[in-house]
Amino acid sequence: MSVSKKTTSRVALAKLLRDYGMLIVLLVLCLLFSVLTISEQHPTGAAAAKQTVAEITKTTDRSAGVLIVGRDDDEDGQFSKELKSELASLAYTNVRVVAGDPPLIRTMLEGLVDSASQYGLIVTTESFAPIVRTIISELPQLSQIRVATPPSYRWPTFLLADNIRNVANQITVIAIIAIGMTMVIITAGIDLSVGSLVALSAVMVAWLVGQFGGETASTWAMILAGLGAMLLCGATGAFSGLMITRFRIPPFIATLAMMQVAAGVAYIISQGKPIYHIPDSFIWLGRGVEPLLKIPYAVILMIALYVAAHILMSRTTTGRYIYAVGGNAEAARLSGIRVSWVLFFVYTLCGVLAGLGGIVMASQLKSGAPTYGLTYELYVIAAVVVGGTSLSGGEGRIFGTLIGAFIIAVIQNGMNLTNVESYTQKVVLGLVILGAVLLDRLKQRGFRFRGA
Amino acid sequence: MRPNRTDGEEKMTATYSGIAPLLAMKGIRKAFPGVVAVSSASFELLPGEIHALVGENGAGKSTLIKILMGVHRADAGEIILFGSEVAFTSPLAARRAGIAAIYQEFTLVPTLSVAANLFLGRERTRRGLIDARQEYQQAVELFKRLGVVIDPEALVHDLNVAQQQLVEIARALATDARVLVMDEPTAALTPNEVEKLFVLLHELAGRKIGIIFISHRLDEVFKLADRVTVMRDGQTIATTKASELNRNQLIELMVGRPLESEFPKMPAQCGEVCLEVRNLSGGRVKDVSFQVKRGEVLGMAGLMGAGRTEVARLIFGADPKESGEIRVDGKGTDIESPRDAIANGICLLTEDRKSQGLVLKATAKDNFALPNLESWSRVGFIDERQESRRFAKHVGDLNIRIAGPDQLAEELSGGNQQKLLVARWLETNSQVIVFDEPTRGIDVGAKYEMYLLINDLAARGKAIIVISSELPELLGISDRIMVMREGRIAGEISDVRAATQTDIMALAT
Repeated sequence: MSVSKKTTSRVALAKLLRDYGMLIVLLVLCLLFSVLTISEQHPTGAAAAKQTVAEITKTTDRSAGVLIVGRDDDEDGQFSKELKSELASLAYTNVRVVAGDPPLIRTMLEGLVDSASQYGLIVTTESFAPIVRTIISELPQLSQIRVATPPSYRWPTFLLADNIRNVANQITVIAIIAIGMTMVIITAGIDLSVGSLVALSAVMVAWLVGQFGGETASTWAMILAGLGAMLLCGATGAFSGLMITRFRIPPFIATLAMMQVAAGVAYIISQGKPIYHIPDSFIWLGRGVEPLLKIPYAVILMIALYVAAHILMSRTTTGRYIYAVGGNAEAARLSGIRVSWVLFFVYTLCGVLAGLGGIVMASQLKSGAPTYGLTYELYVIAAVVVGGTSLSGGEGRIFGTLIGAFIIAVIQNGMNLTNVESYTQKVVLGLVILGAVLLDRLKQRGFRFRGA
Repeated sequence: MRPNRTDGEEKMTATYSGIAPLLAMKGIRKAFPGVVAVSSASFELLPGEIHALVGENGAGKSTLIKILMGVHRADAGEIILFGSEVAFTSPLAARRAGIAAIYQEFTLVPTLSVAANLFLGRERTRRGLIDARQEYQQAVELFKRLGVVIDPEALVHDLNVAQQQLVEIARALATDARVLVMDEPTAALTPNEVEKLFVLLHELAGRKIGIIFISHRLDEVFKLADRVTVMRDGQTIATTKASELNRNQLIELMVGRPLESEFPKMPAQCGEVCLEVRNLSGGRVKDVSFQVKRGEVLGMAGLMGAGRTEVARLIFGADPKESGEIRVDGKGTDIESPRDAIANGICLLTEDRKSQGLVLKATAKDNFALPNLESWSRVGFIDERQESRRFAKHVGDLNIRIAGPDQLAEELSGGNQQKLLVARWLETNSQVIVFDEPTRGIDVGAKYEMYLLINDLAARGKAIIVISSELPELLGISDRIMVMREGRIAGEISDVRAATQTDIMALAT
């Protein structure tokens, strides 16, 4: 009985790993980088103001004057403004804000020497505090005034909202393209042209916006330009699909050729130079964030596309046909499925999504250049493979790919945060991809390590 | 070496023939996670003996052979080869020790020449380079000895299946093996080629080579084997002389229960003409015309390469036809793809279920659903409730044995795979059902069920075509037999009951 029990638990473990293996890897990575990046965090802006108020009320009389010192920039401005209004509502009457560069601050503080006794506290930001302290140490009249900074706390840099937003932003382009690539790979194909299509799309959208008036282009003109770029990339994908289905050219070769063609066309359109004449509002898609949770619009777009793709693959006839064609094209054909149509569809869709990826990238960088998307096809394929889709076709999951893309982005981000050299990063990333494929092979063989 | 062994089994072996066996396997046991494949098996092979190993699928034949060949390692038991105990760790080691095996799946490299395949892994060399001339000459000699006409310089993928099988056999013999294991060697051969192979095997046996012969075709077992060992449920049930058994006794040993009749044929209740083919040509097929009525089972006989499968594929739209007309229920059709054929109520159950019938990595339900999805979906979204309901209904109707709708197609037995495919075509409302080698690779019990199913389909008024190379089967289940030769219809046997295998062969050759 112990044998069958052991077998059952082994089967259960194998199933768990098959279904959620990569998710577990992702969580472990997040945990690892969280632990490695724990450090003192200093809040800034309005958030810093709120936490400082509590500190001030505990230590300082309402009658004492409070001096708020900061740079003359957005972040410190918010800090000062928020803090002043909070203190005012708590009946601190003598609150004064001083903002400017260190030399200006010095002059202003020197001007306060005569009325020094009025003030009991100087509040400043963490980055400015050393300067303030230096100035005060040189002015003995002010030496009895305490200097307070917003309270710091220990928290992983990796888990800061800014950093997470940063990771999500970094992968949107790759993750969007990887949707199409997952479908292509499930049909047992490959699309090498997506990196070049990113460049073609970015250049095309920038060029079209230029044609529609450049910096003065209207919103509609920009939408039209985006649709134009996606149409062009979709047509390129469709052409690859046609070559593959009609003339039986292997997908590797057909898309390798289109990769060259698309890259060349991108250089021709842009004449080899980045195109910059774009309205400021163009960055809405790439850099804009929704006001409530500050989630970037590009990330919302990405998630929406993943949900739609998941429904397509699991709930529609088209999705089932994609799996069937990849699993056994001949059996699918003899079941009455239009195999050519299915292949044509996935390559076209992959082209359109690569085009969309290019638009997001152009929006993030507010320009279109033919150098964008270089070697992206490799990152995209890596994300798909790490996500558990089999290169031999017929198997794979859309959300697996999203996890795969996150794994790659988290590793890169984590290595940046832990100061791993960029050359070393490449080595690590290569090994991670190899490890993912190895894991896939092993799980298919039921974790037997001997060669079959 | 264990010269002092005196256990009873060995004594019995010695008294059977008085000669030392080439090979003796005793008390073999092998368990895989979740299943005991072989629980207790003993097997013995004498020099010059052709020993058939029979049993239903899953009885443990393949596992036993794989243990012998060093693919698996036995949990218990011993293997004595040429008098000394062995335990091979790889097929290569077994081959070096003098055991050659020919499997159902061919192990040739299609893009290499015949000669290169024959000497693969043990190339003839001169000064470090391959000596192609020597290889060519040795190949010619080998083929001459075997009485086979194959050009050693031809590429393997240009050969037909039978020729590839012969190359496979030649390769096994080229290694001077003293034990030859053949797993279903005749599955792809025509009766003529089978005859030749049997002559060859008898000749090899005459040279004191021991042959283990695994086959589902029992008539071959009786024709060829000296002794038969029957396996059932992982055990060797009996070993007897082939001449001391009759066919029914052997089947009863295999399935473990008495069998009433091998072919449960019901007389046809023929209705209107359902399928009419007029002057069909395309590829190898030339000017083929015939009709099938509702409720009728039309058998299609012929040698390999006579064009039977090609006719089926033309009717189904799987290959492009050059000319001809296909009418269903009196109406003309314009079939250019399987999709068109399905829409016209025609379906094909291909001879190779694994490469042409099923998506092996997909679930049973998905395979069932594949051609039917569009009828269950609205604007592309699948009605999964209806899908599950229809699947459950067919599983019940056809008595398909599966663990659940999500079991992978590759995990099903051959018989259940075949039933699953029948279910999917019933769901598409097929009226003309073409079976290409419906019982290939499925075991005796499942074959019987397949015949019952074909009867049942005929009784439901479907028009049925069965292509088969097993003549007893064709004679047992058809109402009428059409014989093909070289792409044309060579003749028809309308009184099947009075016909014999010889009658069919006379038309086919």
